[in-house]
Amino acid sequence: MKKALALTCAMTMAASLFLTGCGGSDYTTMSGNGSDNNSGSSNGSGKRVVNVCSWGEYIDEDLIYKFEDETGIKVNYQTAESNEALYSLLKTGAGDYDVIVPSDYMIARLIDEGMLAELNYDNIPNYEKIGEQYKSLSFDPENKYTVPYTWGTLGIIYNSTMVDGDIDSWDAMFDEKYAGNVLMIRNSRDALAAALLDLGYDINTTDEAQIREAYELLADAKSKGVYQSFVMDEVFGKMEGSNAAIAMYYAGDYLTMLDNNPDLKFVVPKEGSNWFVDAMCVLKTAQHKEEAEAWINFIASTESNLANMDYIGYASPNLEALEGYPAYYEETYGEPLDEERYEIMAAPDEVLARCELYTNLPADTLTLYNDLWTELGI
Amino acid sequence: MKNNRLSRFAIPYVIWMALFVVAPIIMVVIYAFSASVGGFTLDNFAKMGTYTVVFTRSFKLALIATAICVLIGYPVSYKMSKEGPRFQRLAMVLIMLPMWMNFLLRTYSWMAILENNGLLNQLFRKIGLIALYNNIFGTDISFFRMINTQGAVVLGMVYNYLPFMILPIYSVIVKLDHSLIEAARDLGANSVQVFRRVILPLSLPGVLSGITMVFVPSVSTFAISKMLGGGTEMLLGDLIEQQYMGGAYNPYLGAAISLVMMVIVVICMVVMNRFGEGEEQAVMM
Repeated sequence: MKKALALTCAMTMAASLFLTGCGGSDYTTMSGNGSDNNSGSSNGSGKRVVNVCSWGEYIDEDLIYKFEDETGIKVNYQTAESNEALYSLLKTGAGDYDVIVPSDYMIARLIDEGMLAELNYDNIPNYEKIGEQYKSLSFDPENKYTVPYTWGTLGIIYNSTMVDGDIDSWDAMFDEKYAGNVLMIRNSRDALAAALLDLGYDINTTDEAQIREAYELLADAKSKGVYQSFVMDEVFGKMEGSNAAIAMYYAGDYLTMLDNNPDLKFVVPKEGSNWFVDAMCVLKTAQHKEEAEAWINFIASTESNLANMDYIGYASPNLEALEGYPAYYEETYGEPLDEERYEIMAAPDEVLARCELYTNLPADTLTLYNDLWTELGI
Repeated sequence: MKNNRLSRFAIPYVIWMALFVVAPIIMVVIYAFSASVGGFTLDNFAKMGTYTVVFTRSFKLALIATAICVLIGYPVSYKMSKEGPRFQRLAMVLIMLPMWMNFLLRTYSWMAILENNGLLNQLFRKIGLIALYNNIFGTDISFFRMINTQGAVVLGMVYNYLPFMILPIYSVIVKLDHSLIEAARDLGANSVQVFRRVILPLSLPGVLSGITMVFVPSVSTFAISKMLGGGTEMLLGDLIEQQYMGGAYNPYLGAAISLVMMVIVVICMVVMNRFGEGEEQAVMM
């Protein structure tokens, strides 16, 4: 008997550990370390390496081979699930990357915490091609740490056969009329931003009363059964298969869904929205700074930006690529690029005028977000 | 001595265990009692009351899933053990087969099956089941709501963990000493009595380890609840994951919740083993 008990306990502990200790690696695609040849021994010893961590499906992979062929630098390309997952990897020291591609608010946080290295822009001549409107932004006002990678907008995707008329307001995300047909995003920042915008507040507010009011709006809609589910990547299957009528997600991903379901539409609501910039940064702990800057310069080139824009559907910050994309599209596919499609990819100025970047929130506001988000889930 | 020489080969695993089982548990304990600014604190546990609902929901769903696994798994194992070796081998392969594919992919497939416009609802529509339902109950539905419910989460748990129930029960039953059964028969027991008084008690160790192997991953799952439950009703695994992967990054609270969960699970297992103690003395795994 004793033995059985001991065995059971041991199994229990081991099993629990699987699910607690590693905090979620069975749902993320990040693979910890590249393990074979990324441990900093390459400096001066022949083989040159750069460790890149980005998001899934976020690069035209041919670029990796091209870079390797051109420079002889081997790229260890890894992905993380979200900005928060990336942050967690960096904090625990699990990810020893050189280049990362976080979003604006996370960049601000990393700079705040002294985790990013200043770049030597002399090694990144292609930085000149990045449009001025994507430089000097709130997360890196003096342009010391970042080279923008892509930008885009957050908006509402809806199935025109499942709603009445056109949707143009965040109201739709909280409307009882669509009960059971709305997909809310599973990300506290974006979900609360939708509620804040609907109430006419700023998405970067630190006013606790306003944030709580936004939470009440969400919680009320949830209790009325408006939300079919809370989704991230699952949104693709659900919207493409007409399993839900309305979702909030990113413009670039909408274009992917549109290819599989022509009934879908995208709108940046009239109350405004978030526009985001993902930018390449080098970590202070990077072992291969020179290679990292070579990689950044390569990716910032017009050619790479065109390939990426075509592959992932997000807008390029490289002006030559951004403006040259319709011509590139026509040349590649033999047909002109749909104007509407281009405008969703690269939101025109009048749309951007009502959009705002996320800024990094102070620690107590982040805690409030997390507490409210947990409460919503309970 | 021979025995000693052999046990030397266990050393790699002992090291493994120390590094990857014992050390992480110690870290979980340390984190659970630490504040983010450093130093000892009980604050992480003070918050635990808020999460009672999540704890009860997780334990409830895991218990239901485990019970269903026992109810399905036991008869299957029993039946298998009664058949010829060829049938047993085939059944074993079929039970293991789904496990050759990744767990997440299998759960994703369930999403496609259970969706409002998914395979099952399309089938129901085609064979007129939904129209029939509307006729009988005077409703106007175009699908049965299956995904994003607690039922779907339980289904996901049962589907994914059922083999872990069948295998230990089967391996105990198949090794039962047949002379005991014959002896019971000789003493005049009918087949119901043989099952109740001999086979069932002797197979309990298998059931107990099956329960452990189903219950523990069920109670802490987060992928299943996220995909099939739609994230509208948070389970413990989701709650813990959120502390690590969420915006606030609070591994201290995450560790505290994990620790409380582990303690509750261990208590459950101890109680369960005490419960089965009297009957399983005859056979030990």
